[in-house]
Amino acid sequence: METHSHHYHTYNFSEQFEFSGKAKVLSLVGILIGIVAIAYGFLTGGHIQVERTYANLLLMGYYFTCVCSAGAFFVALQYVTQSGWSAGLVRIPQAMAGVLPVAALLLLIICATGLFSGNLYHHWAEEGLTDPNSPKFDKIIAGKAVFLNTPAFLLRQIIFMGAYSIFAIIIAKNSYKEDLDGGLNSYKKNFKLSAIFLVIFGFTTPIWSFDTIMSLEAHWFSTMFGWYNFAALWVSGLCVITLIIVLLKKAGYLAWVNENHLHDLGKLIFGFSIFWTYVWFAQFMLIWYSNQPEETIYFYKRWEPEFKPWFWLNIIINFVAPVLILVDRDAKRKENVLIFVCCLLLCGHWLDYYLMVMPGTVGEHRGFGLIEIGTALGFVGLFTFLTLSKLSKQALAPAKHPFLDESLHHQI
Amino acid sequence: MSSHNESILREPLITGKDITYAQVTNDILLPVENKPNKAWWIGFTLASLGALLWVFCVSYTFWVGIGAWGLNKTVGWAWDITDFVWWVGIGHAGTLISAVLLLFRQNWRNSINRSAEAMTIFAVICAATYVVSHMGRPWLAYWIFPLPNQFGSLWVNFNSPLVWDAFAISTYFTVSLVFWYTGLLPDISSVRDRAIGLKRRIYSILSFGWNGSVKTWQRFEIVSLVLAGISTPLVLSVHTIVSMDFATSVIPGWHTTIFPPYFVAGAIFSGFAMVQTLLLVMRKVMNFENYITMFHIESMNKIIMTTGSIVGIAYLTEFFIAWYSGSEYELYAFQNRAAGPYWWAYWTMMTCNVISPQLFWFKKIRRSIPISWVLSIVVNIGMWFERFVIIVTSLHRDYLPSSWAMFYPTWTDVGIFVGSIGVFFTLFLLFLRFLPGIAIAEVKLLLKSASLQQKAKLIAEGHQAPEQVEFFKDSLVKFDSITQEEINELK
Repeated sequence: METHSHHYHTYNFSEQFEFSGKAKVLSLVGILIGIVAIAYGFLTGGHIQVERTYANLLLMGYYFTCVCSAGAFFVALQYVTQSGWSAGLVRIPQAMAGVLPVAALLLLIICATGLFSGNLYHHWAEEGLTDPNSPKFDKIIAGKAVFLNTPAFLLRQIIFMGAYSIFAIIIAKNSYKEDLDGGLNSYKKNFKLSAIFLVIFGFTTPIWSFDTIMSLEAHWFSTMFGWYNFAALWVSGLCVITLIIVLLKKAGYLAWVNENHLHDLGKLIFGFSIFWTYVWFAQFMLIWYSNQPEETIYFYKRWEPEFKPWFWLNIIINFVAPVLILVDRDAKRKENVLIFVCCLLLCGHWLDYYLMVMPGTVGEHRGFGLIEIGTALGFVGLFTFLTLSKLSKQALAPAKHPFLDESLHHQI
Repeated sequence: MSSHNESILREPLITGKDITYAQVTNDILLPVENKPNKAWWIGFTLASLGALLWVFCVSYTFWVGIGAWGLNKTVGWAWDITDFVWWVGIGHAGTLISAVLLLFRQNWRNSINRSAEAMTIFAVICAATYVVSHMGRPWLAYWIFPLPNQFGSLWVNFNSPLVWDAFAISTYFTVSLVFWYTGLLPDISSVRDRAIGLKRRIYSILSFGWNGSVKTWQRFEIVSLVLAGISTPLVLSVHTIVSMDFATSVIPGWHTTIFPPYFVAGAIFSGFAMVQTLLLVMRKVMNFENYITMFHIESMNKIIMTTGSIVGIAYLTEFFIAWYSGSEYELYAFQNRAAGPYWWAYWTMMTCNVISPQLFWFKKIRRSIPISWVLSIVVNIGMWFERFVIIVTSLHRDYLPSSWAMFYPTWTDVGIFVGSIGVFFTLFLLFLRFLPGIAIAEVKLLLKSASLQQKAKLIAEGHQAPEQVEFFKDSLVKFDSITQEEINELK
């Protein structure tokens, strides 16, 4: 932009990330570990171990898709709220959003194969549950069959994931186009597209989480579950964005993103960790208080010795830790503190998803070993590899973003 | 973000030509320093008549007892709690605007925070009156607080969400009041410095010795930020706890886990609608068009549209889960809402809260002052019905069909509600008469960064990209306070 000439600093906005070296090797190693762990899970044990592997695949496939959607949500939110501060860093969530189609496809494959092999969703998908003449007949499940049936389930997954992916790609494309063309056309287009995307996303994510996670325990229901999942998605997405930015800065990139931007990201992580807790607590407390068996069963399972320590750890990591660490102003402006908190919270939300998935799938056969750690590392490797590849294809700054100048002078 | 690097794309927050700091003070203090005009007197007379009605109906209730209301054995909680929740909800926008928008550096809040906070305080006062008036024996109102006493086993039940409510609301009221009053200090001292005689003495006491020194301003900034930090959780907590009055129960239609955030969203929705209702009139009658601009109006309409949609998602989620749960009581409660004897209340709620805000997707509508004003009232009608639907339809047909009944309000119910609106407007009009309706000091902060004249200067300097200048000029067309001539002059 012409007006950049009077800046004190001159930034190289055409700077591109070079994906090589340690980052590339480590992400490939992660993928390899993942493949080994999944193969081990499928091939070396009995039925229960296969189910456990599927549960882990679902956990990480969902987590992966959530983080990529959070990238798309972040970008759209910046456009709709006409945010200036974030203009210099949007390429990172854009790259994450760019990986959404792959994540979505992977999740779809996991859901479909799990469903057809009887390893996932058998609580509602098993033969005979909806047949009044079958000994397995389940009146409650039969009542939900219009919604919870294999074709409808898969169709919804395809429509939702497809819609999110299409918007994520088009919005990112317009932004890349802006680098070449300048002007306000891309900005205006993206403003509109983002508004439409947010409406679609807002109305469908609750159903998406009812489908993908809540239906694992098909008798149980909670109206809050959708927003609870959204809170987890948003916090983990913010952590990934922040983590990538800090690591890029450490590697010498993104000179125009400074501690003021990190401070804002830190505030968002702090605030939305509290929001996550608020939603978590409201759901838990209301169910505990009214004490109706069809609802308490969910927390009863998570209160058994098998899960109880994890249940509390979840709150300590995802609430107590960010509140105590990030409440301090300076902490939010320090790169190393942010790296620590982001990694901690990303592990914390893995645990959060673990507690959503495991009690309703493998239950007392849950584990924490090669399959869990390996699958998680595999997906982290895959995410890193794909996102950083995507990131390396474009300039790291949206040089012609109309609010870039505001972002460069952001000060809090 | 009121830096000199603000993008030219951002619409001006102060319009008008040759506005100086002195001009801002003069414009805003005009209603405080002069005799009120006819419009104010008409409004004040009507509002006080309403307040009188309220005094009469509440006194009648105290004299006769709660039997004066239309309650019966089945519906033991109806208009009182509906009105209470309605007022508390309206009281949410003030703190959201003053605290959350401050934390998010939304500087358009500076023109609207003062009156929004004032209306918050008055709305919470109206809500609090219901707490006392529904007790039957209001002279025992202090029993809701855990005070050491010698009445034997009398102690509050901390398991009851109603007790949490007493704490939540009194905390909210206190913090909002402190926040509002702190913000008022520099402006009260402006009134003081220009007044003479007794008026000067009174405003002098009210200004807490504000002297405008650097130190005073520093403390002011720190206090504002600290209070914003304290208030932000309060925005969530108050209506969360109000929602728990219902959601902790086992009544179908009340017990649902989404209630806390859904009530908060609804509260912000109705609060902004009330701010819109008040400000649209205020800017016209008091000539504040240069400070409360079309940008403010449009932004508030966008917030109303967003929060209305969030409430819509919650309605749909509730309905869906009522079916999905397979619980016949839950499903019946919702079928009864939509198609039972109170179907009209349900569909009024749906139309006003979910459908009507969607009209704001159209630029023409969200930039039309008359339509925005009407819709802001429609929203609050809808939000009243939301509470009525939740409360009465769930109670009137519960687990015991032999006890099913209808609720019919008496004239006392109606009188107290209409009267409380009178109380609210009386307080609000008194506020506008004696205190600056716009935060003078905070608006002045924007004069050198976000005003039209500043933007004109930037454009004249010639460093702005031409297409951005065009974009800016196009955005000005909707402003009723900017003439086409002024737009043409920008180059």
